[in-house]
Amino acid sequence: MNGAQSTQVDQRRWLVAPALVWWGLFVGAPLVIIGAISVASRGTYGGVEWPLTLSAYQSLADPLYLRIYLRSLMLATATTALCLLLGFPLARYMAGLPPRRQMVWLLLVMIPLWTNFLVRTYAWMFVLRADGLLNTVLIALDVIQAPLEILYTDWAVLIGLVYAHLPFMVLPLYASLERLDRSLIEAAQDLYASGWTRLTRIIVPLTKPGIVAGCVLVFIPSLGAYLTPDLLGGARTMMVGSLIQHEYLVVRDWPMGSAVSLVLLVLVTIGAWWLPRTGWMRTS
Amino acid sequence: MNDAVVELRGVVKRHGATMASDRVSLHIRRGEFFSLLGPSGSGKTTLLRLIAGFEQPDEGEVLIDGRPMQGVPPNLRPVNLVFQHYALFPHLTVFGNVAFGLEMRGLMPEAVRAQVAEALAMVKLTGKNERLPHQLSGGEQQRVALARALVNRPAVVLLDEPLGALDQQLRQNMQAELKAIQRQIGLTFICVTHHQEEALTMSDRLAVLDRGQVIQVGTPQEVYDKPTSLFVAGFVGVSNWAEGRVTAAAGGRVILDVPAWPPIHAIGNGVPSGSRATVVVRPERLYVLRNADGDGFDNSVPALVDQVVYNGYETRYRVSLGESVCWTVRLSNGGAAVPRFAVGDRVVVGWKAEDAVVLTE
Repeated sequence: MNGAQSTQVDQRRWLVAPALVWWGLFVGAPLVIIGAISVASRGTYGGVEWPLTLSAYQSLADPLYLRIYLRSLMLATATTALCLLLGFPLARYMAGLPPRRQMVWLLLVMIPLWTNFLVRTYAWMFVLRADGLLNTVLIALDVIQAPLEILYTDWAVLIGLVYAHLPFMVLPLYASLERLDRSLIEAAQDLYASGWTRLTRIIVPLTKPGIVAGCVLVFIPSLGAYLTPDLLGGARTMMVGSLIQHEYLVVRDWPMGSAVSLVLLVLVTIGAWWLPRTGWMRTS
Repeated sequence: MNDAVVELRGVVKRHGATMASDRVSLHIRRGEFFSLLGPSGSGKTTLLRLIAGFEQPDEGEVLIDGRPMQGVPPNLRPVNLVFQHYALFPHLTVFGNVAFGLEMRGLMPEAVRAQVAEALAMVKLTGKNERLPHQLSGGEQQRVALARALVNRPAVVLLDEPLGALDQQLRQNMQAELKAIQRQIGLTFICVTHHQEEALTMSDRLAVLDRGQVIQVGTPQEVYDKPTSLFVAGFVGVSNWAEGRVTAAAGGRVILDVPAWPPIHAIGNGVPSGSRATVVVRPERLYVLRNADGDGFDNSVPALVDQVVYNGYETRYRVSLGESVCWTVRLSNGGAAVPRFAVGDRVVVGWKAEDAVVLTE
């Protein structure tokens, strides 16, 4: 019996093979290549030459690069916080609806994901630019006199990042709020807890896995975002994603681009390793 | 009625087209164990939620300690609810769960500790302060839920099917214990149950509900011995029935004419002469007698034994009284003097007039 079972497990091991091969070819191998390039030298005309050097990493200590990392971290943090602030009430509202209307709202949250990301980002350019929809409406309503300078600033990047990542926050939050037993909230209310206390003492602790999942799903992609800062932030705002693209394709300094990528990867990995160990994620 | 701790005045609550609560008026007295008994869908849980404040009445009003509760949210009401599936906070320990209400009211940590310890001792659950709910058995979880409500010393403790999730053995032990705890601390308990034996065992008084309406209110003895409707007679305890026509009615006594039976003498309040009515008798109020020795009973009807079930402390007989009436008789096996009968015996079933109630629809 036991032997048969372990034989079965042995056989089932092969089920991971396709994914492992795929991962090895398209994630593992490229990572090794990038790692190798990052310690190579830049060729005179943009190629890679093989006298090994750490000069790419040394130049990363330049305040210019540090500022870009810092701005990326801040924008990703702000994006995550805003998504949580906007997404939590929405998810809570959705979870309280009758099942049929929950489906409608889920669709509404997901529909933007079905259209091309580039198209949606261009749409934001039309909304945010000086003679765009937002300024036109605000001026027409007499809220402002002169158009706001939003496009090609950090604000535009933040708006774009929040817009792009909100569904990834709402979906895990909704899943965990929907599973939360209503009678627990009622029990807290019955035991004299006000609305705010019910939120902080019962709802948030019990939906922490969803909150953490949502934050990770928003923070990591927005940290490495490229398209949004590139289009909405213009030339003045650079994030790590744009920096990588810039190093590879504009400056044609592949070792530098590889070093920037790897440092980003290490930062994200450390964060993903450290966050679950802070104890904050534990619910019980 | 100044002793009413909870008062419902003509409370109406509609859930869509159904009347979950249909002009319910009740006085629940301070310190009593009051049960709301009814089948599922009778609106008993709705009443509990109206008192707790999770629902607002469409008409009528709820008063607690004489104060109208219109618009008062649950967290500001002096009541605590023991939820049907306990609703213990899974991320808090036993201590954290029981202390929750006290902490919300801003008690000092020392006072919280002392009162939690006292409440846990009352439900016989000491030494498990640091356990999480999922580490407890069903019975222990039930005790934590009870302690979490009692510790606040509310004006009323509301219990929603408190023993529903426990197995039979535990359930019977907890019935006695719940009643003992209630008597010991002297708080008012309002308990929702669909289990008639539970309601009879634990309650000082109970209300029988059906389709949102209060059908009868009284002590367990009143409700069991003197049901005022066929619904109550059928829902509370086992009953035997026979239909007939009232031929005489005076002074709370009636004579009922059942086809092929001698005239039946019974209690019947407000049942007019000439009306069609049903006589109801409890199985344990009936006696099985040898042929023709039916004297000493107001009623004696010839019968045939169909089935005998002996279970030690009592014997249950199924007997046919005429063509279409089949009744159950329970005879306690109190001693050697109790006669025994076999299937096929021709017997007489006898009972006293005050043990039979005549009811109309």
